[in-house]
Amino acid sequence: MSTAVFAERNYLNEPAGLKAWLLTLDHKRIGVMYLCAIMFMFMLGGFFATLVRLELLTPKQDWFEADTYNQLFTLHGAIMVFLFIIPSIPAAIGNFVLPLMIGAKDVAFPRLNLASWYIYVLGAFVGIYSMISGAVDTGWTFYTPYSTTTNTSVVSMTLAVFILGFSSIFTGLNFIVTVHKLRAPGMTWFKMPLMIWGLYATALIQVLATPVLAITLVLLMLERLWGIGIFDPAMGGDPVLFQHFFWFYSHPAVYIMILPGMAIISELVATFSHKNIFGYKFVGFSSLAIALIGFLVWGHHMFTSGQSELSSMIFSFLTFFVGIPSGIKVFNWVATMYKGSISLKAPMLWVFSFLFLFTIGGLTGIFLGALSVDVHLHDTYFVVAHFHYVMMGGTVMALMGGLHYWWPKIWGRMYNEFWAVISWALVLVGFNMTFFTQFILGTRGMPRRYYSYLDQFQPLHGFSSVGSWILGLGFIIMGVYLIHAIFKGRPAGANPWGGLTFEWKTSSPPPHHNFDAAPIAVHGPYDYDKVKAESTFFDYAAGREVPRKETVNQ
Amino acid sequence: MNDQGTFWLPPAHSTVAAETDALFYFIYWISVLLFVGVVAATLFFFIRYRRRKSPDYTINPHNNTLEITWTVIPTILVFVVFIWGFRGYINLSIAPKDALEIKVTAQKWFWSFDYPAGATTVNELVVPVGKPVKLLASSQDVIHCFYVPEFRVKRDVLPNRYTILWFEATAVGDYQIFCAEYCGTKHSEMLAKVRVVTDVEYNAWLDANANIGAGLAPEEFGAKLYTGKACVTCHSVDGKPGTGPTFLGVFGHEVQLADGSKIVVDENYVRESILQPQAKVVAGYQPVMPTFQGILKDREIDALIAYIKTLKK
Repeated sequence: MSTAVFAERNYLNEPAGLKAWLLTLDHKRIGVMYLCAIMFMFMLGGFFATLVRLELLTPKQDWFEADTYNQLFTLHGAIMVFLFIIPSIPAAIGNFVLPLMIGAKDVAFPRLNLASWYIYVLGAFVGIYSMISGAVDTGWTFYTPYSTTTNTSVVSMTLAVFILGFSSIFTGLNFIVTVHKLRAPGMTWFKMPLMIWGLYATALIQVLATPVLAITLVLLMLERLWGIGIFDPAMGGDPVLFQHFFWFYSHPAVYIMILPGMAIISELVATFSHKNIFGYKFVGFSSLAIALIGFLVWGHHMFTSGQSELSSMIFSFLTFFVGIPSGIKVFNWVATMYKGSISLKAPMLWVFSFLFLFTIGGLTGIFLGALSVDVHLHDTYFVVAHFHYVMMGGTVMALMGGLHYWWPKIWGRMYNEFWAVISWALVLVGFNMTFFTQFILGTRGMPRRYYSYLDQFQPLHGFSSVGSWILGLGFIIMGVYLIHAIFKGRPAGANPWGGLTFEWKTSSPPPHHNFDAAPIAVHGPYDYDKVKAESTFFDYAAGREVPRKETVNQ
Repeated sequence: MNDQGTFWLPPAHSTVAAETDALFYFIYWISVLLFVGVVAATLFFFIRYRRRKSPDYTINPHNNTLEITWTVIPTILVFVVFIWGFRGYINLSIAPKDALEIKVTAQKWFWSFDYPAGATTVNELVVPVGKPVKLLASSQDVIHCFYVPEFRVKRDVLPNRYTILWFEATAVGDYQIFCAEYCGTKHSEMLAKVRVVTDVEYNAWLDANANIGAGLAPEEFGAKLYTGKACVTCHSVDGKPGTGPTFLGVFGHEVQLADGSKIVVDENYVRESILQPQAKVVAGYQPVMPTFQGILKDREIDALIAYIKTLKK
């Protein structure tokens, strides 16, 4: 542990000053600024979620009026989707680690990167303005004709999402160019860490799908402001057209949310098994397969909408094929651990949560892809549980794993492992209590978006609400020890986990220009067998060559 | 047939439910198997290969046989699920020809049901047991969704078209109808019941309720509207062309449109022609008809459609 030092000269303190931060072009600082923003949004969205669960504790209306409840679940959904999950891993963690992992000094377009953050902040402010000026009650899906007729500030909320889309496009564009042009010498496509494959596939979707959402939202705004009659049947429009447009973006958006999560899991599984990832190419290409097939399945949100049986058949068929690459990834991750040397540090515990929850999330997707079963389950709590297992059980668990993995790199200091385990356990238990019950509610016929419900559903709803408190407690504890670590944590050293990817070859926190000596890719990102022979590496913080085992915290 | 309900599913009381439930449990057991496999393997590896001096580097991280195995087997399984689900869906989508037809109207925040014999009800759908019932549904405002968990049927109800849903109840009793598509303030309270009764009870109920309101069958009501709302001015019922085409013998038949295309006159076409007369004008006629949007209520349009249906050659 003697080499575990804190790099005194780092991107966090030079150049110093608030102005230097606000005008920074450093991808690491922008990543940190994004991280602060999305964590704030996660808190806000989580707060609304606990209010929703509070109302659902009993069958009758007791805490909130029906309209207030409708606004709460809309705020929860819109904040979590547009302000939290979509930017979470790519814009916060991706911004920080992507250039480091490919051995670059920064992203290709640093100014565009900063612009993306400011656009995000602008979108967030417009979104918060709509909450204050008259909360929106359409659900995060803005279905017409309800959204064109409701008397709430749909236009400003829509504008907020429209603005946020540009921040997403900017990040995606930046990542694509960065991956193509700025890889370190020797880093061929198949020597890239799988995190990069995942972020690259995500960026493709961000760039290709987000404009469709923007167009859809503009049409919605025009419809509300001037009554152009695209979606409103009273003016000769078609409300189902909106659903097609909306899901044409929002289904690929599901993969914008989950692909970066899968990318993180690939890194964690390899690093904490100290073993080459099993089936590198299959894991990498499955990300691209998901990104591409993901564009062709939007109609599976509309099996009961009155779209033609032929459409439903095609969308159901394609939906099953987008599930296969996810399965391939899970099998490869599990196979990677076989005969590995597994360390159960906090990030790996989150990998367990991911595998446990995402597998349930993925498998329950099969129920919803099967046409006749979907007819029964559509728009019930089964769907709510399913996407929470995928979005939260998948993406958020991976995000938490990634945060714990890179926290020492970002801040140069370690968090408290004991509290990390406590928080992990609370979240896993609380999550399953909250959402597994919702599968049962759904199969028994409880529809979504009800603020009051039939008495027969009370025990399950009650259990779910109690679970949400445990879940919330787990995250509050995490917030406390992670923030504590920034200021009081013990120095982490350059490579606390013994990782092989480039970000571990520089000091923690990294210097402003990332690397003191430009890294060269000699071996693959997970070639633990080949690196074993050269079991030392240059610790830039210590300023000398150190044996690997010295910095692996056991 | 699952009469009591299981841990997962409510009691099944329609002819289509058994098929849906069988597929549900097929997927369920595959899922349980895969889930237990993944989690058990993970836990086993966590314990067995907990950090030690060195991993086994002799494992080749590329194994095409294994990759192909765990790609092909799930693909076959989901293909089976796809075919099975599709068959069930087609079954759910195509109503038997002899089905009893009932019109459903959804609006914020209640359901109304109109029977062929003239009875109308609100938030109570009375149907005979063992007879297929076809619901022709439309909405007066936003999108709603008709859902009966015990029947495993669900269909969105839209403001600009009819959607069709059918079921055949297998047991007498009361079953819950939910609105499953979010529709605003009282979405949670947009509840109704299906009351499934015996044939005898159904006919008695129908007789007792048929005289409510105008006491007219839709086609009779439609006949009244035909003169009352001045359709007669332009549309004959004896085959003579007027300012507009005759109603005689058009329903169910193909007509030539002004733009050269052809269309079969069905419920949606008649409705569209009443509400947006210029959309699809029959060849040989001027686009001069005014819209009846806001003049005719949906029930009245339905009655006119029923009336036009009776005008066979």
